[in-house]
Amino acid sequence: MQKKFQIEVDCANCAAKIEAAINKIEGVNSASISFMAQKMVLDADDANFDRIVKEIVKVGKKIEPDFELDV
Amino acid sequence: MTKKQKRMLRRILISFGLLCFVSLFCALFSVPWFIQLVLYCIPYGIIGHDVLRKAVLGIRNGEVFDENFLMAIATIGAILMQEYAEAAAVMLFYQIGELFQSYAVGKSRKSISALMDIRPDYANRLDAEGNLEQVDPETVAIDDVIVVRPGEKIPLDGIVCEGSAVLNTSALTGESRPQTVHVGDAVISGCVSTDGLLKIKVSKPFAESTVSRILDLVENSSLKKAKAENFITKFARYYTPAVCIGAVLLAVVPSLFTGNWLIWIGRALTFLVISCPCALVISIPLTFFGGIGGASRCGILIKGGNYLEALAQTKSIVFDKTGTLTQGVFEVTEVHPAQAKSEIELLAIAALAESYSQHPIAKSLRNAVNGTLDKTTVSNVQEIAGHGVTACIGTDTAAVGNAKLMDSLSIPYTPHKGIGTVVYVALNGVFLGSILISDIAKPTAASALKQLKQLGIRTVMLTGDSATVANQVAADLGIDEVHAELLPADKVQWVETLLNQKPEHSTLAFVGDGVNDAPVLSRADIGIAMGSLGSDAAIEAADIVLMDDDPAKIPLALSIARKCHRIVYQNIVFALTIKLLFLLLGAVGIANMWWAVFADVGVMVLAVLNATRMLNIKHISR
Repeated sequence: MQKKFQIEVDCANCAAKIEAAINKIEGVNSASISFMAQKMVLDADDANFDRIVKEIVKVGKKIEPDFELDV
Repeated sequence: MTKKQKRMLRRILISFGLLCFVSLFCALFSVPWFIQLVLYCIPYGIIGHDVLRKAVLGIRNGEVFDENFLMAIATIGAILMQEYAEAAAVMLFYQIGELFQSYAVGKSRKSISALMDIRPDYANRLDAEGNLEQVDPETVAIDDVIVVRPGEKIPLDGIVCEGSAVLNTSALTGESRPQTVHVGDAVISGCVSTDGLLKIKVSKPFAESTVSRILDLVENSSLKKAKAENFITKFARYYTPAVCIGAVLLAVVPSLFTGNWLIWIGRALTFLVISCPCALVISIPLTFFGGIGGASRCGILIKGGNYLEALAQTKSIVFDKTGTLTQGVFEVTEVHPAQAKSEIELLAIAALAESYSQHPIAKSLRNAVNGTLDKTTVSNVQEIAGHGVTACIGTDTAAVGNAKLMDSLSIPYTPHKGIGTVVYVALNGVFLGSILISDIAKPTAASALKQLKQLGIRTVMLTGDSATVANQVAADLGIDEVHAELLPADKVQWVETLLNQKPEHSTLAFVGDGVNDAPVLSRADIGIAMGSLGSDAAIEAADIVLMDDDPAKIPLALSIARKCHRIVYQNIVFALTIKLLFLLLGAVGIANMWWAVFADVGVMVLAVLNATRMLNIKHISR
């Protein structure tokens, strides 16, 4: 399943690091973050989608404490 | 400014005031060091508490080596060396830089979304009783009838079922050329009706309407990253740890020999402040974002930073002919009566004989006749595939078709050597004359190709048309190379061949009108589809979509791409050179903490300002 999310991330470098980290999460087929558009497109396994989204928020906050994701 | 930015501005002003006050106080009175420390820690804490918090969180999460960490280490180091004022000032300048950056980014976001202000807020739906209600465009279904009043945006794609109007398409195409629509014409969402009232039967749901597709495309474009962007984030990943190791070495190694620990630790801290890679990391996506946004304002939709980057490297452009360089509409260009007939009579006979045919040639003959045709006199029409038609007009028998038709009816005729399709007309077995129908070049095609040549582009035209027609068009427009009489599959093969011939590190673009050329569009490095807002397949296959069918948009897109490329590399070279220079100066002790702040914040501000030049597309288009 592919879904688009509105996100909040304050620095361009963090956005890039978060993007790299998310792509390493198991079940994520591909994820792309646009710092300028403050958007994330996630393509992940249907079965674990909600778990993956939760994990993304956790990973994101770890890299940039101000990271937000509107579900 | 957003709330967050306002809060930051307040913090900056307060701590700046406090810092001035504290430094003045400490300069006037001799204050013991621990009181100085406490006093300076007040502005330092106000301005830097979030940086310190993030640095601590970063260390705890194993995410060291980010900007927060660098700033925290550098300022705490300065405090330990009893340079309290420097510590607070460095933190202050860092935050000013961050605020500026976030303001600049916010501003370009806003200006892009203002440019792309094509999203309709409502639709006027007509219900069964004939009442109008204002509804969300998303709730309108196919076959619903909507009303668009003068001055309103057309919210969904559809077909006009009542009324006529002049449409302003500038929000979509960047051109203010008006378009007149009547009953039966298809209209696309995003256009504004300037005068008339239109009733439109909706043909696509909102999510598939032109406006939604364009907004989607523009929004997603910043998700596809350019190589330069990926390079910088990768670079930052190695660069920051490398600089930190360098700083540790700088603090320890010389000190072991000289024993002068304070000086070398101080230099190492300066080194850290200088090294911050934020200028690069922010300015590159900002530039691409501005470029893509500005281009979409001109009616050029670019699907990603990677394509913008590839377009800047383009050295060869391959064109499809029909519909791309020529209008793809066949028009009567010459009429040659052989007998005493006038041109108008000749055309009228041809058009009458062809009055029931759906062939494009028949249509152009009918279009060439002013006024309506009296079809009632026409009977006994016979279409002979590949030849033409014969028909009875009143008591006469007309034959209209190509040379083969004349031969098969054994009518002697004068061959016409024009370039295009020649139609011969005979009445009762007597040759009356010939009519030339040809496709004409778009008015801007020649100047567009001239501009491309000035940009150093090799131009190639591929067409299914005959060699004579192709060579004539190529000569008129000044195209370097022509390959004619190609089937769609041959076009793919030619693009393959040209891809092999292109100079190294350059890219090849293919421009087509999206009809039948989806395979070629996807095979080329960059596929450019033009005038294809209606065609889903072309939008899908192309990397760049021109919203109208104006060839002049191609050199414009190329100029935008090159400007973007220039700014990106200016920033990379500028930022890295300044940083390296100051790193060296910092290491040998010439550049102090104040210079370090310039090398960090100053460079970032300059790079961001340079990047925002990209928003100013009007300059290029003129």
